[in-house]
Amino acid sequence: MSVHTLRIDEKDVSARAGQTILEAASENGISIPTLCHLEGLSNVGACRLCLVEVAVVGGGTRLAAACVTAAAEEMVIQTDTDRLREYRKMIVELLFAERNHVCSVCVANNHCELQEMAVSQGVDHVRYDYLEPRCDVDLSHPRFGLDHNRCILCTRCVRACDEVEGAHTWDVSGRGTLSRVVTDLNAPWGASETCTSCGKCVMACPTGALFHQSSTVSEMIHERTRLSFLVDAREKKQWHA
Amino acid sequence: MNAPTKAVGQDEAGSGSHPSGDDRFARIDEAMRRHRFEQDALIEVLHAAQEHFGYLRADLLQYIAHGLKLPPSRVHGVATFYHLFTLTPRGKHTCVVCTGTACYVRGVERLLAAIESETGAVPGRTTPDGRITLEVARCVGACGIAPVVVFDGNAEGSQTAESALDRIRKWNDHGEE
Amino acid sequence: MEKNELVSLVEAERASRRPVQVRVCTASACLASRSREVAGRLRSAAGRAGMVDRVDVREVGCLRLCSAGPLVKVEPEGVLYERVGVEQADSIVGAIGGGRAEARIGDPSGPFFARQLPMVLENSGVVEPERIESYLAAGGYGQLDRVLRELTPEEVVEAITRSGLRGRGGAGYPSGLKWATVAKMPPGRKFVICNADEGDPGAFMDRSVLESDPQRVLEGMAIAGYAVGAEQGYVYLRGEHPLTIHRLRLAIDQARRLGVLGSGIFDSRFNFRIDLRIGAGAYVCGEETALMASIEGRRGTPQPRPPYPAQSGLWGSPTLINNVETLANIPAILREGAERFARIGTASSKGTKVFALAGNVCRSGLVEVPMGTSLRTIVEEIGGGAPEGRSIKAVQTGGPSGGCIPASQLDTPVDYESLKALGSIMGSGGMIVMDDRADMVDVARYFMEFCRDESCGKCIPCRAGTVQLHRMLVRIRDGQATRDELHRLERLCEMVKHASLCGLGQAAPSPVLSTLRFFREEYESRLTGG
Repeated sequence: MSVHTLRIDEKDVSARAGQTILEAASENGISIPTLCHLEGLSNVGACRLCLVEVAVVGGGTRLAAACVTAAAEEMVIQTDTDRLREYRKMIVELLFAERNHVCSVCVANNHCELQEMAVSQGVDHVRYDYLEPRCDVDLSHPRFGLDHNRCILCTRCVRACDEVEGAHTWDVSGRGTLSRVVTDLNAPWGASETCTSCGKCVMACPTGALFHQSSTVSEMIHERTRLSFLVDAREKKQWHA
Repeated sequence: MNAPTKAVGQDEAGSGSHPSGDDRFARIDEAMRRHRFEQDALIEVLHAAQEHFGYLRADLLQYIAHGLKLPPSRVHGVATFYHLFTLTPRGKHTCVVCTGTACYVRGVERLLAAIESETGAVPGRTTPDGRITLEVARCVGACGIAPVVVFDGNAEGSQTAESALDRIRKWNDHGEE
Repeated sequence: MEKNELVSLVEAERASRRPVQVRVCTASACLASRSREVAGRLRSAAGRAGMVDRVDVREVGCLRLCSAGPLVKVEPEGVLYERVGVEQADSIVGAIGGGRAEARIGDPSGPFFARQLPMVLENSGVVEPERIESYLAAGGYGQLDRVLRELTPEEVVEAITRSGLRGRGGAGYPSGLKWATVAKMPPGRKFVICNADEGDPGAFMDRSVLESDPQRVLEGMAIAGYAVGAEQGYVYLRGEHPLTIHRLRLAIDQARRLGVLGSGIFDSRFNFRIDLRIGAGAYVCGEETALMASIEGRRGTPQPRPPYPAQSGLWGSPTLINNVETLANIPAILREGAERFARIGTASSKGTKVFALAGNVCRSGLVEVPMGTSLRTIVEEIGGGAPEGRSIKAVQTGGPSGGCIPASQLDTPVDYESLKALGSIMGSGGMIVMDDRADMVDVARYFMEFCRDESCGKCIPCRAGTVQLHRMLVRIRDGQATRDELHRLERLCEMVKHASLCGLGQAAPSPVLSTLRFFREEYESRLTGG
């Protein structure tokens, strides 16, 4: 198997052929922020938080999403520059402004990847207009709930349902900032004919958008690693605890 | 599946040789057959469905999902992504105002405002009486004769607020005709 | 159809020509001014005058001067009539062979036409777009025939490379290189896509080419297919233009019936089939990966690149994507020779470029000029400057991904690099003239609204960033923003430009950045306190 050597944050690292920058960094203890990425699911390169600076021949750098960019021989990568920190901060602020994220009353408070991202990126205020869209909460499913106010359109639920469960109950409707995740033909979740109620979408959700109905503020803990457990079990026949 | 309900402002259903009782479903079948029921043909089939039914009712989307063996959410996702597809009935008349750059620099925004206040219509919506659907187009590509308004499918160039309102008033005067 | 049958078809077509041709423009803009009725009246007028065996009334493609339509041209006399009304038909027919019609006469040798160099548009306004015989009689498919007999696929790619042709869709990627990449992929299923999703507001070049000379584009695609080893082509067309769809559908049917598309073309072993795919109203589908998603029947959301379509495109197969104008250049390049083509234009931008000239300009329409022609020549000489004695303030090129070039820079030659240096782009060829009344902050706001509404929503910088940028621009325009807000606008523009997933998002801030560069005082003068 061919191996590439590259440099990430002044550290020489090796990567197997086909590995992404994100995988190579992570194996070498370098953490790159991500939101739409989830172990066990395909990568879409949508949240742009994992952007890193890759040096280009002749000087300067280009930005590349670490989750979808293959690690290549002699790549020189910076994952934590002033510019990247500023961009990441702006992206997180844009997310907070886009929907209604009120952590103090959210089921996922203290267990939320968006909230953690805000903390780790030093977001202490939002410089943009809160759009305050009117968003529905769908409690029609007997066990789960969907709160569009908290959704960041990462599509992890869509991918978990399609790729791991195979039901493809979820998809995205509309476009632009008016996009919404939907079940079936935008029917109430509880009326969905394709949903198997497996709960993988809930496991995948980074925020309080998808939750167990029994949970109240701060109680919703997503079991996100369960998805990679299932995928490894199915594909590699490895049941790691 | 829900029994098909009649589309507002659309032709009567055919004699009912299709199991659903609505011959227009046969047109959808035809489109799907033409593409050998390949899932890639979804957009082509949605075009055909909208052409024959006027808009994409939920039961049509369900029917197409079933026919192409696609998850319903994907059909819904595609139908709502593209602006030419509509999931709500259109009015008797459609007035599409081009808001392309040439039309913009030639003052189409004033023209649009005039139509809005005359008809009470909002772009993308149909008037409550179901008479007029007002839409804006990103660019109809007839920039040489800007500003352009498309009345019931016929593009008219060099429009002014007056000429456009005249056309629309004619629709109103002719009542149900 | 056998080749000798085709030859006799062409001979019959040529023999059927009558001494005088009355050409009526039936492209979109003239049709909107009822040119088809004019054609009908001209035909009956010719009948009444007993001239049916001398006069042909032909419905042709774009005669280019859209603002003066409906246009009628009488050949071989070379008389051009403008704004022709149905009632003028008898008079125009009466004037054939001498005499003066009671109709407005245009100037076919005036600056609008004299400064142009029709190459892509050489058949536009000459051949009948709805009749393949007309294209064949003009030498159409001659290059496909010759290429199949005389050249290897490698030689075709080589010719395109030597011509220096660059993509006419916007970015100007060298076409030969693109073709070579697809050609070098291992044999197997490959595709050629014609990107006819011309979505820039204010752009109608590709639409006009397809409405005027659709067979030419199909011929270009077939040659491309032969060169790269593809047997299947798709034309991805905007759903908004029913006439274009109609003409292209007809063109494909006719080409198939005559066997110039299909199996064993021109008795060779080359097979090529073309299908239409109709878009449904999504600007982002002009982006290559989104376009392919749409052909595959999915939401038109872009994918990260690499892999590039040339390596892994439609259904994972190597795919060549060229825009309409690029493909329309192919037959002319092969006919004239790569070297002759490369002599037209500038050092880095070869050939001609078609522009859709519109906005606050006296003469608007379709313009084809050699690369390197100055903007001034296009907007002042060809376009005749701003109407009502006003002055030109700016010229917008490249649509929502481009920028506004101020009047002070009108001597800039149009080529890929010069326009880029001014913070704009060549784009697909939309060129909108703005006069001294234009509010440049509002122009930026207009384009940002466009990008906001057309953002697919996949990546956050574009989806959420364009919304915020639009709101900031509204506040600045309305005098409700502080200097602090202007700084915020600029920083957000930088982030959206560099962090967005696809070209639409990356270019969305361009109109803002370009107006800030050349018209900054219009922003600054409206700031309040702070």
